[in-house]
Amino acid sequence: MADVVVEQGRLSRAASPRKRASLRNAMGRKSTVAFFLTLPLILLIALLVLYPAFYSVYLATLNKAMTKFVGLSNFTFLFKRETFWMVVRQSCIFAITAVVFKALIGFIVAHFVHNIPGKKQRKWRGMLLVPWVIPPAMSTLAWLWLFDPSYSAFNYTLSFFGIGPIPWLGDTFWARFSVILVNVWYGAPFFLIMYLAALKSVPDQLYEAAAIDGANWWQKIWHITLPMMRNIIAITTLFSLIVTFANFDIVRILTSGGPLDRTHLFATWAFQVGIQSSDIPLGACVSLFMVPILAVAAVFILRDVNKRGNEA
Amino acid sequence: MSRKTLTRRQFVAATAMSSAALITAPYVRGAYAAGKISIGFWDHWVPGANDASTALVKEWGEREKVEVSIDYITSNNKKIELTAAAEAQAKSGHDILQMPSWWPHAYSENLEPLNDVMEPLIKQNGEVNDTVKYLGRSGGKWLAVPATPGSQIKGPCSRIDLMKKHAGIDVQEMYPAGSPPKADNWTMETFLKAAEACHKAGFPFGIGLGETTDSVDTAGAIFQSFGAELVNAKGDITVKTDAVRQALEFYKKLIAVLPTDAPSWDDASNNKWLISGRGAMILNPPSAWAVARRDAPQVAEQCWTHGFPSGPKGRFAPFLPYFWGVWAFGKNKEAAKSLLVHLSSPAAIEKFVAASGGYDLPAYANMTKFKTWAEEGPPKGTLFHYPDPYKQQTMSIAASPAPPKIAQQIYFQATLTKMALRFAQGEKLETALAWAEGECEGFMRT
Repeated sequence: MADVVVEQGRLSRAASPRKRASLRNAMGRKSTVAFFLTLPLILLIALLVLYPAFYSVYLATLNKAMTKFVGLSNFTFLFKRETFWMVVRQSCIFAITAVVFKALIGFIVAHFVHNIPGKKQRKWRGMLLVPWVIPPAMSTLAWLWLFDPSYSAFNYTLSFFGIGPIPWLGDTFWARFSVILVNVWYGAPFFLIMYLAALKSVPDQLYEAAAIDGANWWQKIWHITLPMMRNIIAITTLFSLIVTFANFDIVRILTSGGPLDRTHLFATWAFQVGIQSSDIPLGACVSLFMVPILAVAAVFILRDVNKRGNEA
Repeated sequence: MSRKTLTRRQFVAATAMSSAALITAPYVRGAYAAGKISIGFWDHWVPGANDASTALVKEWGEREKVEVSIDYITSNNKKIELTAAAEAQAKSGHDILQMPSWWPHAYSENLEPLNDVMEPLIKQNGEVNDTVKYLGRSGGKWLAVPATPGSQIKGPCSRIDLMKKHAGIDVQEMYPAGSPPKADNWTMETFLKAAEACHKAGFPFGIGLGETTDSVDTAGAIFQSFGAELVNAKGDITVKTDAVRQALEFYKKLIAVLPTDAPSWDDASNNKWLISGRGAMILNPPSAWAVARRDAPQVAEQCWTHGFPSGPKGRFAPFLPYFWGVWAFGKNKEAAKSLLVHLSSPAAIEKFVAASGGYDLPAYANMTKFKTWAEEGPPKGTLFHYPDPYKQQTMSIAASPAPPKIAQQIYFQATLTKMALRFAQGEKLETALAWAEGECEGFMRT
């Protein structure tokens, strides 16, 4: 019996240095170190992103009084609402139009800035980034004053040319135009800076070779610039699409979703339904609706990026 | 080293004294013997008005030996609503929270019944109006106590000169300071004619058609004066009725003479309209006049706050009360109730009214004739009729008498103004009604 105990003790003594060594090896691995270094961020994301996300899924399955589990009936209720489908349409129009214009303006301005020599370019870059670095809640307030129903600076200026007054935020068309305009103004610098970085990474030799071959500016853009920027365009577009789709502050400050709900987006309508009308489960449902739409967009765009990555 | 011996007698005496001290210690009244209480008050927009609340709470805290902490929460961007939602979810937060009109019903399951507070207060201060009962009571249970700070009537604030010149109406004669109104002819018809005349003269009435409370409250009072209800008290949808059609026809005529950008107005737009001197009337509490007194004294001197025009079913004034609620999960509910009694005493209410320059309105019948309203100016007496001292109006809130949880949806989705705007912008009457009916069906979910 005593032998066995000794034997067991010896065995366990032999196993522990091996365990210690493997632990030391694991700790020495770069991936382990990387994991521990990112752990605080992972925990933070779990706390501030994952927990609220799952909690909103839970809320979306409750009845209005939040006392009973109702499964998916909040979602089926939404499907029958005319306003909900109007919000879906408007969110798509808003996000797609704004992202197209942001990308277009960003692309054009990035070319202009790219062609400005040295020090001057730095100044222009700084100035053009201003809309993006001002907190949007503040800059949108300035836009609100410019569009002000009674004292619009735009209308004042237009009056010198015999135009207007335009009801910037009081008419359905102009209200939609105004919220998209402000979103483009705010978001275009992001595209500009991303495209500028991409432009700088295109080797000059390619343009030189194309010039020798007699390519004009359009052929250079079509055959060199755009193919070289494809991935960055795709990623920037996806990122911007997500942010624009989920926009809240610009619409909330400028129109609060009006007139006649014609500028509501998912986030602003979710706020109106959930917080102002005290129907938190339905508000959670509305906001969760962004997930499948954005997931489909993300799959398409990222699949394309992967394909090109493999080709490279 | 000396060593003192303890006798049996000394041991027994020391033990008895220690036990007595331990048993009696909790009952000795220290500075904060009655515990702590935390309060979330609405952050008043009138400079200095919060000081009155702080002083009253402090006075009570010192008397009752309760440690108090106050947070003043702005109503900007729905901060109070967000706080209420978060606290109700977390089952933790302030002991007393000041809530806007619809919130006592929205959180009725989380609020402590306050019948033991309200019943003596009504005996002391007089009956409360039906809107306060509708919003603050559920099935015989008082959910919250009407708060004086923030409560308001959104009645007409007219320009004396412009109304006299362009509409031929002397508002001071119609609503004389210190005397009962002579407003029998002040009807919806007269109101519309005045709006048309002032529009023709280049000074349109500043009435919003947006989705914020000022626009909705105005629509509510106009609809009610025609007897138009989208959902009745039983919860039945009553959109397709003659009363609603009549109200919409009236609104269409009114919208034609309002500023073209009125659909985008928020709660600040009508104030700016009056202060800039561009309009002959707005429907608002005296905040616009108070700002004009500071920024445009020549406009303020011509402002007169008075009663609402009457319709076929009566004279309704948009009343928007605030409430003080006590969370059922609060830690010091008895102290909270005691504080609410203190804040609702006649002396405290008079202090609130004075500190807010007459803006705050008590909900109690005996509290409508304080000297603040009689003396504020210029012009002197401009606020005399603001609290409806002669009880000529029915205090109302838009979307009532629908069950409050349905009415809240109608109110915040601005169904009344949207329906009126749809019809005025060319949609067929029956189409606008069908749209509103569909919306109301959606609001029925429980």
